[in-house]
Amino acid sequence: MPRQLCVSVSACALAVALTSQPAVVFANDDLMKLAKDPNQWVMPAGDYANTRYSALEQINKTNVKNLQVAWTFSTGVLRGHEGGPLVIGDMMYVHAPFPNTVFALDLKNGGQIVWKYEPKQDPNVIPVMCCDTVNRGVAYGEGKIFLHQADTTLVALDAKTGKVEWSVKDGDPSAGETGTSAPLVVKGKVLIGNSGGEFGVRGKVTAYDIKTGKPAWVGWSMGPDSDTLMDPQKTTALGKPVGKDSGTATWQGDQWKIGGGTTWGWISYDPELNLVYYGTGNPSTWNPVQRPGDNKWSMTIFARDADTGMAKWVYQMTPHDEWDYDGVNEMILANQKIGGQDRKLLVHFDRNGFGYTLDRATGELLVAEKFDPAVNWATKVDLKTGLPERVKKYSTEASGQDVNTKGICPAALGSKDQQPAAFSPKTGLFYVPTNHVCMDYEPFKVAYTAGQPYVGATLSMFPPEGKTNLGNFIAWDATTGKIKWSIPEPFSVWSGALATAGGVVFYGTLEGYLKAVDADTGKELYRFKTPSGIIGNVNTFTHGGKQYVAVLSGIGGWAGIGMAAGLTGETEGLGAVGAYKALSQYTQLGGALTVFALPN
Amino acid sequence: MSCRRSTSAFVAASLIAIATSSMVIAQTENKPSADEEKPYSIAADGTVDWSTFNGYRRYHASCHVCHGPDGLGSSFGPNLTDSLKTMPQEQFMEVVVNGKQDREKKMPALGTDRNVMCYINDIYAYLKARSDGAIGRGRPAKYGKKSEEAAQAEANCMGTD
Repeated sequence: MPRQLCVSVSACALAVALTSQPAVVFANDDLMKLAKDPNQWVMPAGDYANTRYSALEQINKTNVKNLQVAWTFSTGVLRGHEGGPLVIGDMMYVHAPFPNTVFALDLKNGGQIVWKYEPKQDPNVIPVMCCDTVNRGVAYGEGKIFLHQADTTLVALDAKTGKVEWSVKDGDPSAGETGTSAPLVVKGKVLIGNSGGEFGVRGKVTAYDIKTGKPAWVGWSMGPDSDTLMDPQKTTALGKPVGKDSGTATWQGDQWKIGGGTTWGWISYDPELNLVYYGTGNPSTWNPVQRPGDNKWSMTIFARDADTGMAKWVYQMTPHDEWDYDGVNEMILANQKIGGQDRKLLVHFDRNGFGYTLDRATGELLVAEKFDPAVNWATKVDLKTGLPERVKKYSTEASGQDVNTKGICPAALGSKDQQPAAFSPKTGLFYVPTNHVCMDYEPFKVAYTAGQPYVGATLSMFPPEGKTNLGNFIAWDATTGKIKWSIPEPFSVWSGALATAGGVVFYGTLEGYLKAVDADTGKELYRFKTPSGIIGNVNTFTHGGKQYVAVLSGIGGWAGIGMAAGLTGETEGLGAVGAYKALSQYTQLGGALTVFALPN
Repeated sequence: MSCRRSTSAFVAASLIAIATSSMVIAQTENKPSADEEKPYSIAADGTVDWSTFNGYRRYHASCHVCHGPDGLGSSFGPNLTDSLKTMPQEQFMEVVVNGKQDREKKMPALGTDRNVMCYINDIYAYLKARSDGAIGRGRPAKYGKKSEEAAQAEANCMGTD
């Protein structure tokens, strides 16, 4: 794996300048135009702003109760199905977990298979994938479908035929590096992040040329400035310059080389500011005592120049993580008023349980409030310093190695994981799938061996005291940091939401229900039990003038690990174990797409 | 560390020695019944020995992402409390060290992973206790002290890096 593709930042910028051609700009315009057409679903989150909002309104609050299954499709793969399909013209593109099959389905012919692509991958990659062999979907651009395989290969397929146009290896699975994230096509480049924070993998986002597959820039999460693509003066954190080599300064010795901060979540893009946004994951190991310092820039929101990769601003949410609160969740770009002023916002629901609202041009922190009242590891976030005010009782660092710190909320799963939220400009609300789970956490010493798990903590998870629901689906006001309404769910909500102009919000549940609720009140309007638990993301599109809603079922992922056997730990002590029945009593494995429509 | 490879080889080679010594400890602490030897010991008040408790910890760091909480399996890894009802200890060791493949399922070879191999007897003791129904789900509430021998064996096996 090339450790550093550009010897210096200026060389990177030069290379980019030389390869920028008018055709590339055109391709981006084309994709932006497609994304504005609500009849299609051309990128994983529906649009560059990651709103997961559709202007379609054929299906509305009044008629959604009549929804029916129009057609279904089995992927033939049993493991956890995250992400969701794309729709471009008459074609739907459906992906599967390892072996990462991709199907092109003809919407004109009842979903007939036009082509199928199944890469040959070394099965040794399977056990180095923490938390199941998930894949969060494919991307489209310039007539190509991009697949980020488990073995880190990025492959470009002809969207019409499935023929391989180019392929490139992004990382080294023998060192624990894997691919799970969905690519994003921006200005003639395909961007991907990496996975493997539980194996001491160092995080990075790489931009590949859409025509050739050649890397244009690589932005590492930690390391010297030439790796992190930071300018000590111009790159800022809460308005202040980050200073020289900030990506190594807060690490002990060479620990940053196995420092984690992987980038397996979602990427968004603001064409006006020309910035891409994403978050970095946990620092490795999970034992905080073993890695002193703030561990920058793990647990960080990054804003990078889309052309050069240079970091414009950063904000580290959880310095020196003690709980595995990865910062990878999606960055939703919305324009809303705060204090009477129009602001360009970035809204992020972090694993650590705080909903953050920032100015996406400058990285100024505007709002940071708990989006689950159970969150207890910090009392609040200081908007000036950006620092969470930690509660010592729940600090695994303060308790130390070989001590079990009890009752920390949220659990390592986070108050929310990668399952993306939706934003409706009509209601001004964010619709957020959440986890309502707490944990005991005991860190201990671990040794690093390349390609082997590098975890260093044991934990047990259970619902917050006095609660029987493990999840909530909430509506959130990001301008004030307040919950508008909250629907308790028996299990964590692990499905990406969809908001529509019809005033209906959709999400899936781990038991397998697709649910439709009223965007204003949260009142349930419709539910249907699909063949397996849903950890996929809901989308919508039209074909032949008719609106459809589609979702992948297929229980698995982290939810499949933690929940398959049911939770335990403190719940037994509380005598409530009967209340938390195992998920395996509700649903079984099986990848299937279900497409819904109103009756004719 | 430059000597990592040799450390790993040392770990694998010294396993049998550790296994033998800890089984001797187990036998002396826990009156062996005529027909079987148990790798764990649980007092009348539910206190488990250090090895079994440590097995719980190490299992939930290195194994549970595939094999689920408390050895109960996940949506893709087998339930080990079932497996150990029929799988002898030698075969358990063999699979942990060398891995196993079964169609889309793949168990990694952990023979060079010190976080597993330095504690493999502890992990086995814990899982066997779970499989036998001798301990329930969750973290054992009470556990014995870590012996000096166990601390020394850990230091030797894990190294100082």
